[in-house]
Amino acid sequence: MDDLNRLIARRRRQDLIFGAFGLVCTMLGIATLVILLVDLVMDGLPRLNWAFLTSANSIIDPEKAGILIPLVDSLLIMLVTAAAAVPLGVAAGVYLEEYARKNWLTTFIELNISNLAAVPSILYGLLSLGLLLYYLNLHQLGITGADQRWPLGPRGSLAAAGITLALLVLPIVIVATREALRSIPLTIREAAYALGATRWQVVWHHLLPYSSGGIATGIIIGLSRAIGETAPLVTIGAAGFWLVLPPSPIQSAPPFLSFAWLLEPFSAMPIQIFTWTQDARPEFRVNAAAAAVVLIVMTLSLNAVAIVLRYRLRRRINW
Amino acid sequence: MQPLLPEPSTRLSQQPVPRSVIFRERLIEAGLFFAAISSILITLGILGILLYESSDFFRNVSLGEFLTSTVWTPTFENPQFGILPLVAGTLVTTVVALLVALPVGTIVAVYLSEYAPFALREILKPMLELLSAVPTVVYGYFALLFVTPLLRQFLPGLEQFNMLSAGIIMGIMIIPYVSSLSEDAMRAVPMLLREGSYALGANRFTTAFRVVYPAALSGIGAAYILGISRAVGETMIVAIAAGGQPKFTLNPTEGAATITGYIVAVCQGDVEHGSTAYQAIFAAGLLLFVVTLLFNLAGYWLRKRFREAY
Repeated sequence: MDDLNRLIARRRRQDLIFGAFGLVCTMLGIATLVILLVDLVMDGLPRLNWAFLTSANSIIDPEKAGILIPLVDSLLIMLVTAAAAVPLGVAAGVYLEEYARKNWLTTFIELNISNLAAVPSILYGLLSLGLLLYYLNLHQLGITGADQRWPLGPRGSLAAAGITLALLVLPIVIVATREALRSIPLTIREAAYALGATRWQVVWHHLLPYSSGGIATGIIIGLSRAIGETAPLVTIGAAGFWLVLPPSPIQSAPPFLSFAWLLEPFSAMPIQIFTWTQDARPEFRVNAAAAAVVLIVMTLSLNAVAIVLRYRLRRRINW
Repeated sequence: MQPLLPEPSTRLSQQPVPRSVIFRERLIEAGLFFAAISSILITLGILGILLYESSDFFRNVSLGEFLTSTVWTPTFENPQFGILPLVAGTLVTTVVALLVALPVGTIVAVYLSEYAPFALREILKPMLELLSAVPTVVYGYFALLFVTPLLRQFLPGLEQFNMLSAGIIMGIMIIPYVSSLSEDAMRAVPMLLREGSYALGANRFTTAFRVVYPAALSGIGAAYILGISRAVGETMIVAIAAGGQPKFTLNPTEGAATITGYIVAVCQGDVEHGSTAYQAIFAAGLLLFVVTLLFNLAGYWLRKRFREAY
């Protein structure tokens, strides 16, 4: 009897020890995240002020250098990315989930998307370098007159950067759309068909509105990934030092919208961080840390929105 | 999931569907189809551009030299094109990353799936997933300016640019990729198996590692393989923290370029469009594509298998 009790106690102890160990391992990841954030804030604290956000870069004086231009460029790139990836990704997701028959082509597309989701991002950069810049001429046209070329040839434009990142997030949007559609019960579709709706009417009036929350979550996750992506932008000639704001998309005179900015050279937040990190002068690393804090705040808040959205969705909808 | 559709012949009403409606439906379906096909076009685009530029490259450089020479100096006076230094760099950083990510990721997955109370899991899991939301350029900064100085206190011989800290940070970044998929796989294991194990007197530990883990192995394998694929393709951490100089070494305390890190380094330097050095980055990219493709296909196949198992 004593033996048995000892055996049971040992097993309990084993469970307790592993439980504690598992918690420690989980916390290891979270602790790294916290240390990273604290380190960045401490490094970047001297530069974290309003002037840093609103001034242009400076190549000589790190205390006057700001991130206005990369910040604006990053936001404009996201605009292009969303405009390209959302309609295409949602349409592809709807086709695969609602229209496609189960045949070899569908299987192949699925296989292909799952591969695309894991293709190294730098290969998207090479695709854009070879295809968008040289064959589709989406490079900047040199309107501003400065620094039109970089060693690999014509520099990429804001449009090229946005499209490159759109290709990158496309699989994320497609998968999110499919999962959101899959969670809608079959009965909704059957009810709509029974009332005489066509397939597109079912999709447009019922499935898309009901899945909009899930799709939005996927889009936000995709954009948060895109805004921090560096490698593909380096390969298409992002400018590490750039002083010119692109012309505003919104004009005071008719037609009020301008698309001239699309073909401007670009910088971006992650590119600016990369350049400053590599700068031999340590004063500029303070700027890198401060810019990294700003970028992390942007991506983490996008992720927080997505998490809250997903959580509320799960609680509210009970089919 | 394929919704049940009324066949046109089963319509109750005698009125035919207006042609305009049929036309519109067809048009929309065609549009959606092309959107779905676009993903194939992207893959073909990547493969096409890599093959196109590398075909010129392999006209100048023999495949034998590319795959066996240990010197990679495309931008030098007398360029040499042996990819092995880049492969070695990729291998070392990947192995270091996996030594961190696979054990920790597995333990985290077991803990979250079999041990953690529901409320705790709901908090820990999203927090852990934030690890993969941090931009990699920021991890690069952290590896170079925090982890390397820290490790230098224990390893005085550590170079300023080294593969060790790049690999460690990359491993931590990959933890959520490994743990999330593994956890999904383990949670998909039917309760019956666990109950059977408990009924025979096993504790949680034994149940987790002797029953649940083997039952979920194909899903966990898929998680591992996708983790490897991430590590091979990760760019910015190694470009910043491991340096961009190709060097044929397997010593993680030294700096060396990986395939990805080299491409980034070249894109910042002065390489003329159309030169052999320019084509060399596409040849390196082609190798990267093939390697990650193989891992991705293996991962896809394993994941499919575990979905079918239960």
